[in-house]
Order: sequence, then structure tokens, then C-alpha cells
Amino acid sequence: MKNLYPLFNVIIALAAAPLMFGVINRIKAFFAGRKGPPLLQLYFDIGKLLRKGAVYSRTTGIFFRLAPSAGLIAVLTALLFIPCGAYPAVLFFPGDMVLVVYLLGAQRFCMLLAALDTGSSFEGMGAGRDAHFSVFSETVLFLCLAAMSAASGSVSLNGMLFTAGGRIWQVSPPVLVVVVFVLYIVLLAENYRVPFDDPNTHLELTMIHEVMALDHGGPDLAMLEYAAALKFWILASLPAGLLFPHGMKPDFFGNAALFLGLIALTAALTGALESCAARLRLVKVPQMLTAAAALSVVALIFLAK
Amino acid sequence: MAILLFLVPFAAGLAAFVIKSDRLRRRLLFSVACAHAVFSLYLCLFPSGGEDYRWLWFGLDALGRYFTAVFSLLFLCASFYAVIYLKEEKSRPREKKEEGLLFNNAPEAAFTGCLLVFLASMSLLALSRHFGLIWIAMEATTLVSAPLIYFHRQRSSLEATWKYLLICSVGIALALFGNLFLAVSASGQGPGTEISIDRLLGPGVRLDPLWLKAGFIFVLVGYGTKMGLAPMHTWLPDAHSEAPSVASALLSGALLNCAFLAILRFYQLCLANGLGPFCRELFLIFGILSMAVAAVFIIGQSDYKRLLAYSSVEHMGILCFAVAVGTAYGSMLQAANHSFLKGALFICAGNILAGFRSKKIADVRGIAHIMPWAGVLWFAGILAICGMPPFGAFLSEWIILKAAFSSGNLWLPAVYLFLLGVIFIGMTGTGIRMTFGVPSIPEGKKSFLSLLPALLLLLLSLFLGIYMPAALDGAVSGAAALLGGQG
Amino acid sequence: MLDVILMLLVLFNLFSLGSTRISASIRVVAYQGAAIGVVPLFLPGKIPGGILVTIVLVTLLVKAGILPWFLRYAQKRVNVRREEKPFVGASASILSGVAALGTAFFISSRLPIPFAVASPFIVPVALSVSLTGFFIIISRAEALSQVIGYLILENGIYLFGIALLLEQPLLVELGMLLDVFVGIFVMGITVFHISREFEHTDTSRLSGLADWLPEVKRSE
Repeated sequence: MKNLYPLFNVIIALAAAPLMFGVINRIKAFFAGRKGPPLLQLYFDIGKLLRKGAVYSRTTGIFFRLAPSAGLIAVLTALLFIPCGAYPAVLFFPGDMVLVVYLLGAQRFCMLLAALDTGSSFEGMGAGRDAHFSVFSETVLFLCLAAMSAASGSVSLNGMLFTAGGRIWQVSPPVLVVVVFVLYIVLLAENYRVPFDDPNTHLELTMIHEVMALDHGGPDLAMLEYAAALKFWILASLPAGLLFPHGMKPDFFGNAALFLGLIALTAALTGALESCAARLRLVKVPQMLTAAAALSVVALIFLAK
Repeated sequence: MAILLFLVPFAAGLAAFVIKSDRLRRRLLFSVACAHAVFSLYLCLFPSGGEDYRWLWFGLDALGRYFTAVFSLLFLCASFYAVIYLKEEKSRPREKKEEGLLFNNAPEAAFTGCLLVFLASMSLLALSRHFGLIWIAMEATTLVSAPLIYFHRQRSSLEATWKYLLICSVGIALALFGNLFLAVSASGQGPGTEISIDRLLGPGVRLDPLWLKAGFIFVLVGYGTKMGLAPMHTWLPDAHSEAPSVASALLSGALLNCAFLAILRFYQLCLANGLGPFCRELFLIFGILSMAVAAVFIIGQSDYKRLLAYSSVEHMGILCFAVAVGTAYGSMLQAANHSFLKGALFICAGNILAGFRSKKIADVRGIAHIMPWAGVLWFAGILAICGMPPFGAFLSEWIILKAAFSSGNLWLPAVYLFLLGVIFIGMTGTGIRMTFGVPSIPEGKKSFLSLLPALLLLLLSLFLGIYMPAALDGAVSGAAALLGGQG
Repeated sequence: MLDVILMLLVLFNLFSLGSTRISASIRVVAYQGAAIGVVPLFLPGKIPGGILVTIVLVTLLVKAGILPWFLRYAQKRVNVRREEKPFVGASASILSGVAALGTAFFISSRLPIPFAVASPFIVPVALSVSLTGFFIIISRAEALSQVIGYLILENGIYLFGIALLLEQPLLVELGMLLDVFVGIFVMGITVFHISREFEHTDTSRLSGLADWLPEVKRSE
């Protein structure tokens, strides 16, 4: 029975991921003095979209039709490698951190292909911007993972976040705080939150990610939204795994609750930031990500000594 | 007792800032300079029984005595010129021919005060037996000489002062790293070992070679910036050409030597710990590089004060080269000759500038016809500094050449002679063009009194080249012996 | 706790490299001085408590109080807000700062300290602070920025000295502090003069004196 716990954790993740976006929206509404949409809104949206049909433009080809499902499969596969608190991941092998980043990148690639497949200029512009920023954000992500692997001595996500447990903090606590901070910045960048992109914008000229979702409808859009929620969960598990209190040794449900709580906290923080901060000018985004890269290199240098 | 060499000029300098009467101030300057020169010359030539005047962190060994005597004599002549120069400058605002602007000079009290404190800080440097104190004295000389450069309140002086301040401060900060590395290397003797020369040269003291090497590199680059070694010399031509000639003479003739002294103190430690060959290699690289850079910029130089400044870079290169080939005696002698000759040349240049109102070589022609004494001294000075016998520079450069030959590697004397030759061509060509020919202005100043110090300095150098009394030889070889060199 | 301070110093370095606003740089230098000032409290050593507290207080007063105040005064007098044309842009400066940190770690790995130190990061961080200050001096054209860079350079050297050699006769440390103090004042006064004379403090435009520029350029 114990061997199935990692699988149960994945099921919990699959179920709880859309809740996080609800948390973000509720926090934003709270800051704005509104009541806001229900916490389970994304579930209702996905359910509604699944019941609808999809309309495909005549200029689109096979990539447009395949991309949403391919992206969702990539993200689901990546989810299998993420450990959840005090329980290991379903799959792990040395070097799987590279695979996870590539799977997330593959999902982005599918979306880019679909956007370019439409043949429209707005989608092309948005795809170009997304690809441009991904150069920086993926570099930073790799550097953070390298720093974490230097601190824990393992090149597997499972090894870093589960096996090493609390020992990862013993090398140099202040440096790891910097790593957590940079991971959070990567989370914001990869999930297109403020200050890198405004998820509520309706002006095409300012869209980066929304452009990708612009043309899809019905089940395709449902898959895109769900994949976005899972991506948020995956990237939030990294700092959550670092901050998880391994010393407490919780049982299964306690562990799940703690982990869920940590990720919900991340979502709340994101919502708060989105309410209080403004979006960066497009030319400043590479500068911000370069600064984040510099911080992660600094952390790497300190941890690798 | 020797501490008076520092205290008296320091007190006089502070007094000069508050004294209102110009005459009294100038008299104070000159009398302090006389007393300082007499005292230091006495200490140098007649050291009583070899004792070194130690007290706390102060003391005068043979090296310190020799350098003090040299810059003290130079300061004496420079202060004589300064008194005359200040009297002239006082009345009218000066006009700079090339820019056609009027400018005012700084208050004379500040200038005189800074001159005296400058002497005091150089004496402090020679007196220091503690590396931290040497550092403080070096930083003090930088800060105190900056207002001297900015005496003529105009744009180019300000630019020169800024470059001087910034580059030299950065260099001295690097030298501080060297001091700290030295302290780490000395920590093997026990925590809290003070980094004083006497303590570290004591019997049975072993310094960590790795940290000592690193420290020497930092000190060479750091104090080398102050000394004017290439490639850290970029502030030197600007600062020495924009400053009034009194300050240029002192900066070129005295301050560069003091920076060399600071490096030599570190070199003493390295010698005692077996790092001699390593240090000499570094001296060789910087020495030849400085000479080469100077040679390149002397050819085709258009400003005669910058010409003299690059000649200083060259001579600092020669000093390092001399230590590298093993003749510390030649290096010491060359240091004295360079000080006197460069001082004389800058004082001449000051007179020429006063007469011709331009710093450009192209504007100065036929000095010998309208200002005969200035012409003679200028031409003789240029020849002397290029190594013409019977002046002293020939003797010291000859000693260095001999040592270069005996070092075995024939490239060394070849490069040395080649670079000296190039500089000789550049400088004497300029000297001939300036001194002879049709005069470019109708009437020149015919004051002899302001040229007297230059004459005295030239005669000093001539004396050094012709006759070496036993006391003087003892002083030079005593200094050289501390650096492990014979010759 | 010492490691936290060292990490903060590195972050301050990167911030001073990345910002072109003079007032932000002055504030960062003040924080850096304060962080360095409290370092002696976290070092194991046999210094009597009274002397230790005096050193800490004097350092804090000078590095975090007087010098930043003077720089701000100079900035107001000279009326300069930001670095208009740095030779190296913000992102490239930050990356160079990281390269400087790497270099500092490399150098310190080749120079092992012969006695026990409180943290293996002190020497690399001190060297990196100095390298950052040096980089700021050579990459900025604004005179006040160069003075700030010099202050950061001296901060790094001071950290190295105070962290490794606390038992040294402290007169020299204090003498050093005095020298830096006076040095910054003299530089500040020169900056006033520059701004009065030229109506700007952009040192890249102070290029009337040079041997390789054509003589025609002597107009400024």
C-alpha cells in the first residue's frame, strides 16, 4: 500500500492543480475589494469547455489540432517526476531534472507551433516574444537546478527534494534562500504572471501567452488551461519542496495537506504580487531575467565551492 | 631625533595655512627647506657609528637616509625657485596662450602649506619602519600633492588633477592589498605579528612564500602606479605637465623616488625569503616596458613638459631595470642623478614657459639667443639626462650597462642601449630645435635668480659624475647593500 | 550569521553594478559599509569587548554615516541624477560582477589561508567586492560614480583586513579608515570644482589632454 502513495500524490496533484488559479484570482479580488470568482471556477470552465465543440480555421494544419493534447501529455509526464513532500516521485533516474525541463519546454514548443500554424501575425508576434523570453527563463531554471544539485549532491529531482530532505539546507542556508527566491522568479516568468506578462490583458499587442490560447476553443482550450495549471503546480513544487519541513515526518494526509498548503501559499503570493506590482516593459524583461541568472550563478558558485 | 625631519615641516605646513603675510610664509618655506636639507645631508654622509635612529615604528636606515638626502636637496632648490615664482605669480592673472582664457591661481597659502606638508609626508615615508605607516604616508603624499597640481585654476589642470587622484588612489588601494597579504604571510610567526621591517627581517623569521609573492605583485603594481611604471603611468604626463614647474620638479624628482623606496622595502623582505629571482623578473618586465613606452611617446612629442614627464617614466624604468640586472648601486646613483637633473630641467622649463608663454615645442625657438642662461641650462640639462658625460647620469647608466652585460643574457644590454638611443635621438633633437635657431619671440626674460636653482642642481649632478668622495660612496653602497646588490 | 552578511554583500555588489541611478548607488554603499562594520562582532577572536565595540561603532559612523552623507551632499551640489552613458550597460555589468565573483573564488582557492578563519567565504567575498569596485571605476564615466567605485574598492580591502587580521595593531586599521575618509573628501571637492568649471561631471568628456587625439580636440 505504501508503494502506491506516490501515485496517490500524483492523483491529488491532478485534482488540486486548477484550484491554485482560483486562489490567485480570489486573492486579486480581495486586494481589489471585490468578492471575486469562486475558488472552483477553473473546474467549471474546463467542464463547460469539454462539453463544447471546436471550430478550426481553414488556414490551420495538423499541428494546430495536435498541439494541445501533445502539450498536456508532456506536462503530465513531467508531473510523474516531481516528489511531493516526504514521499518520493513515481519515476526517477539520475538526470531526470533535465528531462523535466525539456518536457516543459516541449509543451511550450507545441503551443508555439500551434500559434505559428494559424498564419496570423498576432500569433506570430506573441510566439516570437514567448520564445525570446524562454531563452532566459529556461537558462535561469537550469542554473537553479544546478545550484540545488550542487547543494544536495544529486542530479535527480527526487534526489534533491526527497532523499536529501532537510540536509540540503545544511550546506549554506542563506545561499539556498537566494535559490528559492530565484525559483520564484522563474515561476512567474514561465507561467506568464506579472511582472512578465499580464494574464488579464485583452489587447493583442501586449499579449505574450494569451495569444497562444486565442484561437483554440472547446476541448483544446480546456486542455491548454489544464496544462497551464499543471505547469504552475510543477514549478511551484520546486520551491515548496525546498521549503518543506521534512523534520516533521507527517503521515500521508498530513503530508498532502502541508504540500498543498505550501503551493497555495505560493499561489497567494503570486496573486498579491499581481495586485501590487505592474508589468515590466518588454525590453526590461531580459534584464530582469539576466539579474536572476546572475543571482543563481552566484548561488551556484557559493554552493559548488 | 630624526623624527624632526617629519615634525618640523608638518608643523610649518600647518602654520603656513594660517599665516597671513606672504613674505613671512615664503621665508618660513625657505628656512624649513634649508634646515631639512642640512640635517638630512648630515645624517646621510656622517651616520654616527652605524646606528639607525630607531624609535617605535620610525627609523632611518642607510636606504632611508640616502633617499631623504636626495629629495631634501631637491626640495631646497625647488623652494628657492618657488619663492621667486610665487612672488611673480602673485600680482596678475595669467593668460594661457593656447586657450586665450584668463585664469586665477589658488591662494598662495594653500600652495605653500601643501608644499611643506608634502615634504613632511615624504620624510614620514622614508622614516617609516612599518608597512602600514608607509602606506599612510604614501596616501598622504597623493592627497597633499593634488592641490599642488591644481594651482592654476583651469580646465586642463582640473582634468589632470582628477586623473591623478583617481588612478593613484586606486593604485595605492592595490598596494594596501599587498600589505594585507604580507600580514597573512607573516601570520605564521604567531597571530598579531606586526608587519614592520625590523620584526620581519629578524633572525629565523620565515614568511609564507605564496602570500609573499602575491603581496609583492600587488605592491609592485600598486606603488608602481605612483612611481609611473608603464602601463600604469597614464596619469603622469598630464599631472606633470599641467602642474606649475615647482610642483612638477618635486613630483618628478622626489615623489617617484619615494614610491620606488616603498617598493624596495618590500623587495628587502622578498630577498630575505629567497624570492629574489622572482622579484627581479618582475622588475625587468616593468622596467623594459616603461622604457619602451617612454621611447614611443617621446618621439614626436609636441609639448616640452610632457617630454620631461615621459623622460621620468623612462628613468623609473631604468631604476627597475638596474635592480633587475643586479646592480642596486647603479640604481641608487641613477635615482639621485635623475632627481637633480629632472628638477633642474623643470625649473628651466618654468622659466621658458614664463618667457615664451606656451608649452608647445613648436612655439619655442632660439632660447639661447634671447634668454642665454636658460638656453645653456636647458640644453645642458637635456644632454645630461640622456646620459652625456661628464654628468652623473652617464656614470650611473654605465654601471647599469656593465651589470647588464655581466648578467649573461646579451638581449638585455642590447634592448637597454637601443631604447636609450631612441630616447636620446628624440630628446636631443627637440632640445636642439628649441635652443637654437631664430627666436620665436622678440624679447625674453633675463632673470638669472630664478635659474640659479637649476644651475645648482646641474652642478650637483656634474659633481656626482666626476668626483665620488668616500662618504658619498659609503652612503650609496650602504643603501645598495640593504638591497643585496654590489657593483 | 556571518554567511548571511557575506551573501548580502554579494547581493549589494550586484545591485550597485546594475543600477545607474546615483542615489541608489550611494544608498547601497551605505548598507554595504554597515554590513562590513558589523562583521567583527561575528568573528571568533580574543579582542577585548571594549575595543571591539569601539571599532564597530567608528566603522559604522564613517562608512555608513559620514561618507554616504557627504556623497549625497556632493550629488545635490553637482546635481547629477543618473549615469548617462556608462561604457558597459547594466546587464553586462551584472554578468561581469558574477564573473568577478568567480574569479575571486578561483584566486582564493589558489591562496589557502594558513590559519583558521570563521568562514571559507570571507576571502572570496572580500576580493569580489574589491573587483566590483574596480570594475565600477573603469566602466563609468560619471565622476561621482567613480568615487563610489573607489569607496566600494576600499570596502572590500577593509573587509579582508578586518576579517583576517583582527589581532593586528589596530592603529593601522584606523589610520586606513582615516585615509579613506580624507581621500573621499578630497575627491568630493575635486568633483565640485569639475562641475563648476565644466558644468558637467562627465569624465569621458575630460579628454583635452592626450597624446593620441588630434590637437584639434582641445576645445573643451
